[in-house]
Amino acid sequence: MAEFPPPKERRLIPRQSMPEQPAQQRIRNFEEVNLGLPVEIAIREAQRCLGCKSPKCVEGCPVNIQIHDFLRAIVEERFDEAARIIKQDNSLPAICGRVCPQEEQCEKLCIVGKRGEPVAIGWLERFVADREREAGIPDPEPPRQRTGRRVAIVGSGPAGLSCATDLARLGHEVVVFEALHELGGVLVYGIPEFRLPKEIVRTEIDQLRKLGVRFETNTVIGLTVTIDELMTSEGFDAVFLGVGAGLPRFLGIPGENLIGIYSANEFLTRVNLMKAWRADADTPVLDVRDREVAVFGGGNTAMDAVRTSLRLGARSARIIYRRSDAEMPARNEEIAHAREEGVEFVLLTNPLAFDGDEKGRVRSVTLQKMELGEPDESGRRRPVPIEGSEYTIPIDLAVVAIGNSPNPLIGRTTSDIAHTRWGTIVADESSGRTTRRGVFAGGDIVTGGATVILAMGAGRRAARAIHEYLETGVWEDPEVARTAG
Amino acid sequence: MHRILEARFLAPEIKFFRIEAPRIARKRQAGQFVIVRVTPEGERIPLTIAGGDPDEGWIALIVQGVGKTTRLLNSLEAGDQVQDVAGPLGAPSEIENYGTAVVIGGGVGTAIAWPTAVALAEAGNHVISIIGGRTRELVILEDEMRQVADEVYPTTDDGSYGFHGFVTQKLQELIDAGRRIDFVLAIGPVPMMRAVAEVTRPHGIRTVVSLNPIMVDGTGMCGGCRVEVGGRTLFACVDGPEFDAHEVDYDLLMMRNRAYLDFERARLEEFERGNHDGPCRLEQQIAALDGGDADSAPPQG
Ligand SMILES: Cc1cc2nc3c(=O)[nH]c(=O)nc-3n(C[C@H](O)[C@H](O)[C@H](O)COP(=O)(O)OP(=O)(O)OC[C@H]3O[C@@H](n4cnc5c(N)ncnc54)[C@H](O)[C@@H]3O)c2cc1C
Ligand SMILES: Cc1cc2nc3c(=O)[nH]c(=O)nc-3n(C[C@H](O)[C@H](O)[C@H](O)COP(=O)(O)OP(=O)(O)OC[C@H]3O[C@@H](n4cnc5c(N)ncnc54)[C@H](O)[C@@H]3O)c2cc1C
Ligand code: SF4
Ligand code: SF4
Ligand code: FES
Repeated sequence: MAEFPPPKERRLIPRQSMPEQPAQQRIRNFEEVNLGLPVEIAIREAQRCLGCKSPKCVEGCPVNIQIHDFLRAIVEERFDEAARIIKQDNSLPAICGRVCPQEEQCEKLCIVGKRGEPVAIGWLERFVADREREAGIPDPEPPRQRTGRRVAIVGSGPAGLSCATDLARLGHEVVVFEALHELGGVLVYGIPEFRLPKEIVRTEIDQLRKLGVRFETNTVIGLTVTIDELMTSEGFDAVFLGVGAGLPRFLGIPGENLIGIYSANEFLTRVNLMKAWRADADTPVLDVRDREVAVFGGGNTAMDAVRTSLRLGARSARIIYRRSDAEMPARNEEIAHAREEGVEFVLLTNPLAFDGDEKGRVRSVTLQKMELGEPDESGRRRPVPIEGSEYTIPIDLAVVAIGNSPNPLIGRTTSDIAHTRWGTIVADESSGRTTRRGVFAGGDIVTGGATVILAMGAGRRAARAIHEYLETGVWEDPEVARTAG
Repeated sequence: MHRILEARFLAPEIKFFRIEAPRIARKRQAGQFVIVRVTPEGERIPLTIAGGDPDEGWIALIVQGVGKTTRLLNSLEAGDQVQDVAGPLGAPSEIENYGTAVVIGGGVGTAIAWPTAVALAEAGNHVISIIGGRTRELVILEDEMRQVADEVYPTTDDGSYGFHGFVTQKLQELIDAGRRIDFVLAIGPVPMMRAVAEVTRPHGIRTVVSLNPIMVDGTGMCGGCRVEVGGRTLFACVDGPEFDAHEVDYDLLMMRNRAYLDFERARLEEFERGNHDGPCRLEQQIAALDGGDADSAPPQG
């Protein structure tokens, strides 16, 4: 069994690196880029942890995983124990370990990071989860008692899945309704295989099935069945809405409806969910082989789109972003990987108009340079156009990745669930309670586009509150409803 | 999985289906559609709900075989299964008692217009139906239309049946004859819908068309179905599919619908080839659908 070296020596261990597919190889396939840490390396990396008494890293994690404890378990080679510790707080570790913006959360506050590079908490979380999966996850223990209460979960993204897990463990009967034909939300239709293998999402969902959770795909709540019906004729005692932020925003500039201008959602859905990258797929995606691709935006979605286009054979792939490097919201790792793969970053640049040919296909985009002005309400410096800096570049495919608005389907058929003026659902942060008795909400539909871990955390908090509500029958209106309107 | 209860051809390449879908049957309203996936690896395609029975739990679809997925669907028979049916999607038709309503269907558009014609009749409208086809056998649902409409005018481009000419000429004839028309619904090929809009525009007759952009999810998530109406970009699957005919940018719609033409042609050719020389890929796909169930009805390839 390995042990922690003395603190002085621990500080001398450099941050280990993640083995990955070489850039030139990986841009020709859709397989995962990061290959995972070998055991020795993982132990070595975990040994870098100083085992802080009041660990800052835990505060940085939105679900407060007991990071110091699971790192210690890795060092002591008690990997099952490490998995158990993580799963107390995070039911989707193989996913979060891969996609969390660690540098903004756990790793940002890690004390080792003050004088060097932080402990690679995300990679180690992934290591533990992968190891458990490869060894064969033990079947979940069935709940000790059945409550006879029924909960409907709407949406099978991270918010819905984590809410379902906790409620099923507490013995409630849980049914998850999903609009699409596959389960997982953005985890399956948005985030590409090369970053998050779908096999992992499937394994998580199989675990839920074993817990007795039922899934109904192709069911659009609000249309196929309304919330009212769920709570009356369908016999549910509570409903959780985890319907995500699904409605893509466009730039609102001339030429935007030309052929060859996709929302990131459409482009990624065609490729990931409908498998358009496969030669025998029935769903097409426009051919980008040897063509010029421009992706607008600087978030994870933009990185996923631009890297997907390279894998589909694009000759050149650009990120066009109106702010600077520092403001790009994507995970550092994605930006670094994109650079290695040959993505060109055109920063401080904004599109003004698209132009097309007689067949309606996009042929070029006119861009304008920007400079950073005063900070805006988000605290980021506002980009200001530089007059006279306009120029035009040829493109064959554009992907717009500037965010999503909440999907209005539920609001249209359910009157007594209050929405904000941005279209998000009004819900209490600590409990997910909406303005309608028995209905809870969490994830992107409440916060607007955010992260997997935040959606998961919201799902879990709502599960606790739903359990409480089902046990006590006590309902309080959400705090926010009284303050906002 | 959704079992097909009935399947029969109404015209060459146009097939009528009754498919089990109890929840959708309870909910559907005129003008709404479903997204169908025929096989586990198949494409998602939108199809209008042509009817249904909430008590028996089925919906009707009428499908024109134009490409691989619709031809594959049209090769299925009663007893076969369809992988996924999601809906009812889209906004329902706005039904009012307008007075005299003309419902115009071109080709398979007649099927899409049929449920709305029923609803308009039930709302008390005097319903005039003009149903067109290139030739006699492509005029579909005439008997069904006669049961709900007060007047039915079949038209054929080649004069082999009914009025000799386009649906728009028949509409113009009615207007010229001084018939009062309060509302027009036109569904069919895009050029037909555009032509109807031009006939009614000078008379200020409220006219609605049902648009058929290429869709993926059908729930507002992808934006692939965007159309321009009155200069605004709208998503046909949530804001439509019915829109004010006088405001639609038809050129854009036609252009966008041709985005994947080469791909679609190649897929169709491959499919048709596979259909003629065995071992038939279609049968394999259908076998996959049946989950290898040997008792199920043999597919007609
Ligand atoms: C391309 C892309 C990359 C991303 N990368 C990262 C990343 O690296 N790290 C990170 O932390 N976050 C990332 N995010 C953000 C993250 O995926 C989301 O914040 C998270 O998935 C939100 O979870 P959710 O459960 O709220 O909703 P979603 O994951 O959006 O799931 C909602 C589900 O509800 C379904 N649904 C919607 N309406 C209905 C209805 N009426 N009835 C039934 N079902 C319905 C939808 O089909 C969907 O499956 C990324 C997002 C995208 C789009
Ligand atoms: C709201 C709506 C309702 C419809 N209702 C009916 C109906 O009741 N009966 C019927 O026969 N047809 C209907 N259609 C059209 C039908 O969806 C297409 O014919 C079908 O998708 C073609 O698929 P394919 O693989 O057979 O042909 P393909 O060879 O793939 O395509 C043939 C043509 O169909 C269109 N098309 C292709 N893929 C799609 C797609 N995913 N979504 C929409 N259009 C596509 C394109 O214009 C294409 O040129 C409807 C379309 C819409 C948008
Ligand atoms: S869940 Fe995310 S933030 Fe929390 S420890 Fe894991 S990687 Fe860090
Ligand atoms: S802050 Fe860093 S060093 Fe301290 S316990 Fe957490 S991971 Fe270990
Ligand atoms: S089909 Fe995707 S938004 Fe309409």
